[in-house]
Amino acid sequence: MSDNKLEHDDHTGTATTGHEWDGIKELDTPLPRWWLWIFYATIFWSVIYMIFMPAIPGLPGMSAEGDHTRGLRNHSERANVAAAIEALEASRASGFEALRGASIEEIENDPQLLQFVRAAGESAFGDNCATCHGAGAQGFVGYPNLNDDVWLWGGTYQDIHDTLMYGIRTEHPDTRMSIMPAFGRDELLSNSQIQAVSDHVLSLSGLAEANSEGAEIYAIQCASCHMDDGRGDRMQGAPNLTDGEWLYGSERDQVINIIYRGPYGVMPGWEGRLDDATIDALAAYVFLLGGGEDATARPTGQ
Amino acid sequence: MTDTQKNSMAAPGIAQHDAEAVNASQTRELYQARQQIYPKLAHGKFRALKWFVMAVTLGIYYLLPFVRWDRGEGAPDQAVLVDFAGRRFYFFFIEIWPQEVYYITGLLILAALALFLATALFGRVWCGYACPQTVWTDLFIVVERFFEGDRNARMKLDKAKWSFNKAWRKIGKHAVWLLIALATGGAWILYFHDAFDVVQNFLTGQAALSSYLFAGVLTFTTYTLAGTMREQVCTYMCPWPRIQAAMTDREALNVTYRYDRGEPRGRHKKGESWDDRGDCIDCKQCVAVCPMGIDIRDGSQLECIQCALCIDACDDIMSKIDRPTGLITYETDDNIDRMAAGDKPRYRFFRVRTMVYAVAFALVALVMLTALINRTELELNAQRDRNPNFVVLSDGSVRNGYNIKVVNKAGEERVFQLIIEGDPQLRPRLLGASEDAPLSLMVGPDETQDFLLYLTLPADAIDGPREELMFRVVDPASGETASTRSVFVTGAE
Repeated sequence: MSDNKLEHDDHTGTATTGHEWDGIKELDTPLPRWWLWIFYATIFWSVIYMIFMPAIPGLPGMSAEGDHTRGLRNHSERANVAAAIEALEASRASGFEALRGASIEEIENDPQLLQFVRAAGESAFGDNCATCHGAGAQGFVGYPNLNDDVWLWGGTYQDIHDTLMYGIRTEHPDTRMSIMPAFGRDELLSNSQIQAVSDHVLSLSGLAEANSEGAEIYAIQCASCHMDDGRGDRMQGAPNLTDGEWLYGSERDQVINIIYRGPYGVMPGWEGRLDDATIDALAAYVFLLGGGEDATARPTGQ
Repeated sequence: MTDTQKNSMAAPGIAQHDAEAVNASQTRELYQARQQIYPKLAHGKFRALKWFVMAVTLGIYYLLPFVRWDRGEGAPDQAVLVDFAGRRFYFFFIEIWPQEVYYITGLLILAALALFLATALFGRVWCGYACPQTVWTDLFIVVERFFEGDRNARMKLDKAKWSFNKAWRKIGKHAVWLLIALATGGAWILYFHDAFDVVQNFLTGQAALSSYLFAGVLTFTTYTLAGTMREQVCTYMCPWPRIQAAMTDREALNVTYRYDRGEPRGRHKKGESWDDRGDCIDCKQCVAVCPMGIDIRDGSQLECIQCALCIDACDDIMSKIDRPTGLITYETDDNIDRMAAGDKPRYRFFRVRTMVYAVAFALVALVMLTALINRTELELNAQRDRNPNFVVLSDGSVRNGYNIKVVNKAGEERVFQLIIEGDPQLRPRLLGASEDAPLSLMVGPDETQDFLLYLTLPADAIDGPREELMFRVVDPASGETASTRSVFVTGAE
């Protein structure tokens, strides 16, 4: 098409594209130069980028981690992340090393180690424990509060460490194991007997009137684990029934319910799922939440 | 009669210029492409003052990072340093932590008020003398003049066809501009790391990528802003010309043309009478020297940065034609009107506007000074655990946990004593300390240390849902103390 065939706009002298809508014609105005130059620059840049960075997919055998070109910089975001994680672990290694084999007293008296344990422990706790025990380790019904001084299986650094390693009522041979019968469901006690023994249990901490029938049943059915005075037995994970702490609630209904169905609280063992150093940090962190007791023992095997 | 003939009849030594105010808003079209401005070199007292200000400001900018200031072992010895990695700002004897950034805020408020005050008194002195855009543009024009000559030579060179002569002058100019720009961008990064290290690393290619990036960006901006954009930055990009209209008034000194003396203007031949005409001989020297491309005789205008070079140019002419100098001068709008009416000029520096600015400046300065003098080297923060809010122990007693944060801004390690002011029955346990040991907190030099504190209240002492208490740390050596309020939550109804 020669130029003189093109229609030119009177005002601007610019050719029209030939498109027309209701008498309005479109001018064939060229792209602004600055825009064009940026466009060319991006094309130029894309070539540079393809040479240096991973770019073209679908080429088998081009790289170890995927079928794409690697570019001259041999850039790999995956490798970068792996390296960053490695660097992070290396930066924490000295802390974990100091933690291995340290007694809780040594941890407490070394401000740097203390700060490390609290940070590492808090992080691991948030990832692994907070789901059941709560972000502040405050616990929920059926999941113990780890801040207080009430411990079902013992509250020394060693005890906490063992509980973490082998769990409670797991498959592990060293796990903490005990079973409270489901007195109602298994028809060991009648409903009225369960109500009576519940009243007796509540009376141990002054929450109900004394109940002589309940006391008799208690002596036969419960005292072997919870002891005659109701103070419990840590060897069997039998809770103290005389304190103010109620894992499954202190309402009469709740106590009746738990005697009827029998609790079976399970905590997984973390041996093999977390590395030993992290378990050390978790044990120390839980200990230092304020309730740790008799702070001298060391974890076994160290 | 041609222009040349006319010019030859002017007073001896007076070149008549056909200089055009290419940037004047009256003649500038909305979509007009930029027209190059060729400022002529002016001579006089204001030009000298500007050389001096340029030397001082550039000297401070380039040399300040190399000034040393001894702060003792382990602390950087650079007098002015913004240490992002270490989270400190050093300014000679002052050391500022990130939480004290309000000192910087105060400084900026002071700078703004000083700018307002200066504008209310003397117009845009900041723009005319001290603004980096003005200083660097001036410096770039010096280079331009060195390579291409003064106004007329430059105009001629730009119109000339490309030749070896034109090429080397242009290349030389741009090369030196780039060098200055690089030095400018390079000097900026000196304020963020040890200057001597940075220079060495920068030149040997060992500096961080960000150093090169910042130096590169600032090289680019310096080169374009001072080299090619110049007056457009002031006219179109800078907000100050718009704001200053609200800061100045008819009693502020401004660079102005005294129309009362100058009009009616017109060409003047030697020996002609000065009766019935003004002193302005329309030589357009004021336009020729103007770096903004405007005509000051149009009155005060947004484009004018009040660099006062037109005063120098005009005074030069006035003394040559034996008329009094000061046809263009620092004067107030009111005074020019007064003089036009035959009255004497009056100056009122103490106006409501200036007094408000001055008092506000003094107040902020006073607050800053007080804060600086009373700045402590010890800070205490106590954050109570909220999750769990409180812990009931088996014997019915209640425990709260507190994260005690102690900031030691002194250059040496200190052992503080923690004092708990509240219910005497509260039993403290500081993590890492035995039950009956004193509550001592050791914090390293220039460090922040966290401590975990448990407070336990026996069951029989619980009285109400919460108790007020106060933590206090004392440095037994210096007596310095810091305190913070907190509460103890019992969980009781």
